[in-house]
Amino acid sequence: MDLLRFSTAGSVDDGKSTLIGRLLYDSKAIFEDQLEAVEQASAARGDPSVDLALLTDGLRAEREQGITIDVAYRYTATPKRKFIIADTPGHIQYTRNMVTGASTAELAIILVDARKGVLTQSKRHSFIASLLQIPHVVVAVNKMDLVGYSEARYQEIVADYRAFAAKLNVRDVVYIPISALHGDNIVSQSQNMPWYHGATLLHHLETVNIGAGRNNVDFRLPIQYVIRANSAVDHDFRGFAGQIVSGRIAVGEEVVALPAGIRSRVAGIHRGDESCERAAAGDGVVITLEDEIDISRGDMLVRVRNLPHSSNQIDATLCWMSEEPMKIEWPVSNSFSGQWYWLQQSTRRVRASVQELNYRINVDTMHREDAQTLHLNEIGRGQIVTTEPLFFDSYQINRATGSFILIDPHTNNTVAAGMIRDRARRVSELVQKQEEREAPSLRPSRSSNVVWEPVAVTRPMREELNGHGAAVLWFTGLSGSGKSTVAKALEQRLFALDVRTFSLDGDNVRHGLNSDLGFGAEARTENIRRVAEVARLALEHGNIVLCTFISPYEGDREAARALVPEGSFWELFVKCDVEICKERDPKGLYARAERGEIPNFTGVSAPYEEPVQPEMVLETDRHSADELAQQILEALVRAGIVPGGDS
Amino acid sequence: MDDMTLPPGVETAEAQEAAGLRSRAGDEAQEADGTLTGDPVRAQVWPPTPLTGHLRQLEAEAIYVLREVAAQFERPCLLFSGGKDSIVCAHLARKAFTPGRIPFPLLHVDTGHNFPETLAFRDELIEELGVRLVVRSVQDSIDAGRVKEEPDGDPSRNRLQTVTLLDAVAELRIDAAVGGARRDEEKARAKERFFSHRDGFGQWDPKNQRPELWNLFNGRKLNNEHFRVFPISNWTELDIWQYIAEQRIDLPSLYFAHEREVVNRDGILLAVGTYVKPRPGETVRRERVRFRTIGDMTCTGAFRSSASDLTEIIEEIATARITERGDRADDRRSEAAMEDRKRLGYF
Repeated sequence: MDLLRFSTAGSVDDGKSTLIGRLLYDSKAIFEDQLEAVEQASAARGDPSVDLALLTDGLRAEREQGITIDVAYRYTATPKRKFIIADTPGHIQYTRNMVTGASTAELAIILVDARKGVLTQSKRHSFIASLLQIPHVVVAVNKMDLVGYSEARYQEIVADYRAFAAKLNVRDVVYIPISALHGDNIVSQSQNMPWYHGATLLHHLETVNIGAGRNNVDFRLPIQYVIRANSAVDHDFRGFAGQIVSGRIAVGEEVVALPAGIRSRVAGIHRGDESCERAAAGDGVVITLEDEIDISRGDMLVRVRNLPHSSNQIDATLCWMSEEPMKIEWPVSNSFSGQWYWLQQSTRRVRASVQELNYRINVDTMHREDAQTLHLNEIGRGQIVTTEPLFFDSYQINRATGSFILIDPHTNNTVAAGMIRDRARRVSELVQKQEEREAPSLRPSRSSNVVWEPVAVTRPMREELNGHGAAVLWFTGLSGSGKSTVAKALEQRLFALDVRTFSLDGDNVRHGLNSDLGFGAEARTENIRRVAEVARLALEHGNIVLCTFISPYEGDREAARALVPEGSFWELFVKCDVEICKERDPKGLYARAERGEIPNFTGVSAPYEEPVQPEMVLETDRHSADELAQQILEALVRAGIVPGGDS
Repeated sequence: MDDMTLPPGVETAEAQEAAGLRSRAGDEAQEADGTLTGDPVRAQVWPPTPLTGHLRQLEAEAIYVLREVAAQFERPCLLFSGGKDSIVCAHLARKAFTPGRIPFPLLHVDTGHNFPETLAFRDELIEELGVRLVVRSVQDSIDAGRVKEEPDGDPSRNRLQTVTLLDAVAELRIDAAVGGARRDEEKARAKERFFSHRDGFGQWDPKNQRPELWNLFNGRKLNNEHFRVFPISNWTELDIWQYIAEQRIDLPSLYFAHEREVVNRDGILLAVGTYVKPRPGETVRRERVRFRTIGDMTCTGAFRSSASDLTEIIEEIATARITERGDRADDRRSEAAMEDRKRLGYF
């Protein structure tokens, strides 16, 4: 018999408790004395019928208020499977409980009331299921009895949900029309819905593939505890205890201990009293190594050729779980000023601070919103710095090594759940890379013996004639982020104001001026150098120069900035989540890059170094191109480059 | 717990791989040097047989929790009542730290109303595990005036244990007390965390519990606070019995059907002995009974059963229509009896 953990979310209105009550009752997991107690409690309260919600709502406050507050765990089993049900409330003020219940689930039941259709609450549950990477989702269209068991209504809801779910990251969605109250399609096939030929809910729960979310590839053993023994049998025994969270390992294989980086081979694997040749994800083991290595709790054993990320800066999705809002600490020095948290990930606990909140996600609309901090039940994306490096994988590929919690050091409360997206980039890393790139080709003064021809008409004279200043507006960002779209919208506005513009676009210059260049790091640098030189000429001729280039390297952009007078170079960071860029993919490039047809594609197979201090950040996933163009124009007016007026 | 699902048997995994169902990208192919070929699994002739399926996962989860306790706390203890759940916990603790010893003592809060079988069993188990036993008794708390026995009718010392337990926690500066409570036992327990925080007064605040995500357990606390930790939270009564059967764990004889003198009090069969005397109007009868839970003799009900071995017990549990605590007089007091006792620091 195997084990399936699933979660449900919702309130009594959705029929969630009725559904769970039905599952428990039909699989005979409710005992007579429990039922009797519930009957008595219902009668005492004057309820007309037995309220099965009383079975799940265990706390006095919950029964008094008739709501589910906390996650309750329920257990049932059929001859095929044991089930652990994380039963969670569905209201928005209990988002944290939904997240908690979802964190261990392999399947989520999303309840939809057939009369009401796909409402906000169902969407919220789906979003959380997607965020927490629950591999399977069941959309249970409930209360079919109240819509006359109508197939048309069911199909309508399925179509609605499909359209909505296209935006989510869920791999497996199954739709089942049910009536929890009457037991239709719960355990046995409903006679009322002969048009439905799919599995019943219980049958699906019994047969859905378990382990779809398991990572069988990347061996990761976070060390929990070091076991020592010295007996006649186990002379000077020293073993490393922990649970293998992903992948597999066998005796004799080479492993490396992080952070020490020392290699050894597995001498023995013990699982309780058994000594085994191999072990895999889920096993609690004690591993002995062939060499004496200093390993302690918080370290990780991995394979030599399959390493996790190691970084002290991470980019993560956070769900805030505390009444006390998130504290953001700006990086001012090497020490924390007190706005820090404990970060617990695998068996490691380190000090950490949130250094930046990128945005908040509205859990009902899934839109990104500007926010200063996160409050209770809010979800957002932030950048975190830790005092010691973490060993992790992205949550998407490894739930165990990609998850963490934040703990308030003063109250000791768990204040946030985090899912690692990637590592954030350290400034020092960027600097180092830049040096590496610059070292082989020190060539800035290739034409240093060429003297600038003095010009008869200077830039200030042209600016005077034009009635506006000159500047280089450097749009940088991923392919598909919207650089050209925003630049075009701005150029139209400037043109309407009689402003002289000059535009340089990545694709266009590569057809002519730079057609001899490829896309390697060096060629990209040369590409930007040439463009920057042209931009400088255009600037000197009194134009507002709009440059739209991915320009992924900070160093290249800094070089472009250095060519023109201070204050006339504006670095405009066109910021957009890479996933959204991929979705937009106006030229079909991401698709090709992911198929491997385009090597060195920024965001897929080549890095993008985000601007450290851009003049403006343009978030195209949150604002329209027109709004952003207007913002730039207003900034140009404020800077006195473009004359103010009725624009 | 995240990723607690266990792998299929090795043979299955290899079969899947052969069928191209499993990716090995990024993993080192070990077959090259022959390490993984040959015997699939070393045959286990020594009992018990390796666990499979849900029991294997539940065991791994419990062992993970027990190791977290040893790693995160300085002075943990394992609460031992002599009941099957605490026996299973002791067994799991042994497996979690073998070949080392269990790195914390067992604490028995002795009501003084024990079944004699329980005490004999306890002492044998301690001997076998090679672990230290600490006993603190309710009688001492009564003698010291810390608690008063309930004046009439119900001489149960069940409730009184709380004071003795909290006194022991303070005296021994225990920072984590591991217990064998399960979420399926009782509705308030269904909401309990694995790592359950207790304030400086030993109180549980059910509405203000720390969220528990994935398998990341937060054991941070202030100096005078402590934790109750429940490694077998996710086990059901049936899981416990199946595990006992598969692991061949010894149990006190009370759990198996035997002849005993009982009285019927308020619908609960109580074993007649030193602490339970028949009251006027009650008739003592000799019945074939067994116990589903073992606690204080004064409140643990027996029930008529002929299940005399594990197979019969599992059969009986699987078809039972009453919860195991249905025979506990202490839970019958009110709808929220357990929640109220737990708030005050009960097990």
